[in-house]
Amino acid sequence: MTLHKRHVGLGIYFGFLLLPIYWMLNMSLRHNADILGSFQLLPLVPTLDNYATIVSDPSWYSGYLNSLAYVGINTLLSLAVALPAAYAFSRYRFLGDRHLFFWLLTNRMAPPAVFLLPFFQLYSTFGLIDTHLAVALAHCLFNVPLAVWILEGFMSGVPREIDEMAHLDGYRFPRFFVTIFLPTIRAGVGVTAFFCFMFSWVELLLARTLTTVHAKPIAAVMTRTVSAAGLDWGLLSAAGVLTILPGALVIWFVRHHLAKGLALGRV
Amino acid sequence: MKRTENPRAWWLVLPVLAVVAFSALIPLMTVVNYSVQDIFGPGQRVFVGAEWFREILHDERLHSAFARQLGFTASVLSIELPLGVAIALAMPTRGAGVSACLVILALPLLIPWNVVGTIWQIFGRADIGLGGAFVHALGIDYNYAQNPADAWLTLLVMDVWHWTSLVALLAYAGLRAIPEAYYQAAQIDGAGAFGVFHHIQLPRLRGVLTIALLLRLMDSFVIYTEPFVLTGGGPGNATTFLSQYLARMAVGQFDLGPAAAFSLIYFLVILALCFVFFTVLTAGEER
Amino acid sequence: MDLEWMAWTLPTAVFFLGIAALLLGMTFWQHLSPTRLRRGLLPIPTTRGDRLFVGLLASAFLHLAWLALTPFSLWIALGLSVLLLVSVLRLG
Repeated sequence: MTLHKRHVGLGIYFGFLLLPIYWMLNMSLRHNADILGSFQLLPLVPTLDNYATIVSDPSWYSGYLNSLAYVGINTLLSLAVALPAAYAFSRYRFLGDRHLFFWLLTNRMAPPAVFLLPFFQLYSTFGLIDTHLAVALAHCLFNVPLAVWILEGFMSGVPREIDEMAHLDGYRFPRFFVTIFLPTIRAGVGVTAFFCFMFSWVELLLARTLTTVHAKPIAAVMTRTVSAAGLDWGLLSAAGVLTILPGALVIWFVRHHLAKGLALGRV
Repeated sequence: MKRTENPRAWWLVLPVLAVVAFSALIPLMTVVNYSVQDIFGPGQRVFVGAEWFREILHDERLHSAFARQLGFTASVLSIELPLGVAIALAMPTRGAGVSACLVILALPLLIPWNVVGTIWQIFGRADIGLGGAFVHALGIDYNYAQNPADAWLTLLVMDVWHWTSLVALLAYAGLRAIPEAYYQAAQIDGAGAFGVFHHIQLPRLRGVLTIALLLRLMDSFVIYTEPFVLTGGGPGNATTFLSQYLARMAVGQFDLGPAAAFSLIYFLVILALCFVFFTVLTAGEER
Repeated sequence: MDLEWMAWTLPTAVFFLGIAALLLGMTFWQHLSPTRLRRGLLPIPTTRGDRLFVGLLASAFLHLAWLALTPFSLWIALGLSVLLLVSVLRLG
């Protein structure tokens, strides 16, 4: 009986998760006058006009590419620097290790509003403004600590004997790390990449501040498209739905790996 | 697991240090510099010592923004953590259902934060939103744009909607990592569902729940984009959390000095909070 | 490279150099006589580095409390902080 009840609860919660998204989808398929005129649970006269308006703006797909570019760079960069560090934290003790670990975490806590100006000026000084690299680097601030943290958990689950065996077999550290150790924690790397992708994809404040034209993220392009047309709920919703799509696609493609990764991980 | 002493491990940590320090230390130092000066424009600044700190610490608006922030963060944590664990416990453990559940769960996490605000802006409106209309149909005069309590509640529900999934995913990962043998042992001992939860699942979830708690604590303390879109900090100041207040000072009025002093105080408070949690929660582990 | 935007002042520069010197000094001290985990007045076992961090954080809050509650000069708070830091390092 309890099994039954818990599934009902889960169903209700998933309904709560999906309803607001569904509602935005519903709005995006209707004209503004239609939305304000009558309340419909299902769009009676669905239209794709809102999407057509957005898609006809030439800057929107470059927004997609920009977002994907900096998110991709960030994920790779975060993993590249976090992997050796996580190994160090999981295998060795060294002077200041705990403090370093804590300091890394504290970087998630900086209130962004005040740090925007120094960020902008720092990246201007290095001529990075309006590049994908700038946003990718800035997002490392909160993604690298998280990546180290998650990876450290996975690595601690791998017995040390593997390291020692490889050492006895004459493997040098870099070769051991790439050919033996990495495949062992494949699932952990996948989960970490997913979280890096996620936090970089959804962040807008830094991404918008550090870009002007050539690296503008999709979410910023969308909102600009909309604000030019005034408060058109249908258009706003269509823009919103389009920004959700890539994320939804990513989850769909990694769903099995995510399940496997989460199942194996001692996150 | 026993870790061996190895000072050369520093070399492995160096890349992380370089990348993070570049983006963390220089802006932080700049903010400290701002906080002791009155800045009029490029190159025009006067050293004022601790004046901004004194002013900010005696500022009533800061106190109320801080109280609102604490209230919000405490509410968010006390709902999201238990709810997330409950969802993780209710999730299927094998079969096709797992992937489907994970996809639905992860969906809110992958929506850009300003769009999360937009979704709830639409959903909560009494005239065109399903949620708002539903509450209205129950006979409650609900309006998040005018009624402070409604605005606050809407933000709370939005945050729960947005972030409980993160807790649930982490908790689910933790639960899956518990070896089957533990459950079998519990079965032999004749433990009930609660006994299993209390003695096996909860202790083994300690690590992931530490991560979840700290992440939610840190992120909810700097919440900015979603309330900015949904309520703009209003009505009045009902949903003006610390970041809103800061942004208004730093960007709106260009009061860099006071805003910097404020954010440093704020940073110290959350640093202390996190240190206490981090220490308490990792105290049992091997050091 | 133009660093005017960082808005350096002498007191903040001294402050950061002080912190850096403190960290270097601690590293050197560690080299001379390695710290051991021990239990003092603080409710958790700490190493020297932990106590330094706790002491510095407490000093920061002492300064804030001083500013919030008293009209007196911050130099007194600074003096008290040094006392606090030393005592946390020794007894904590």
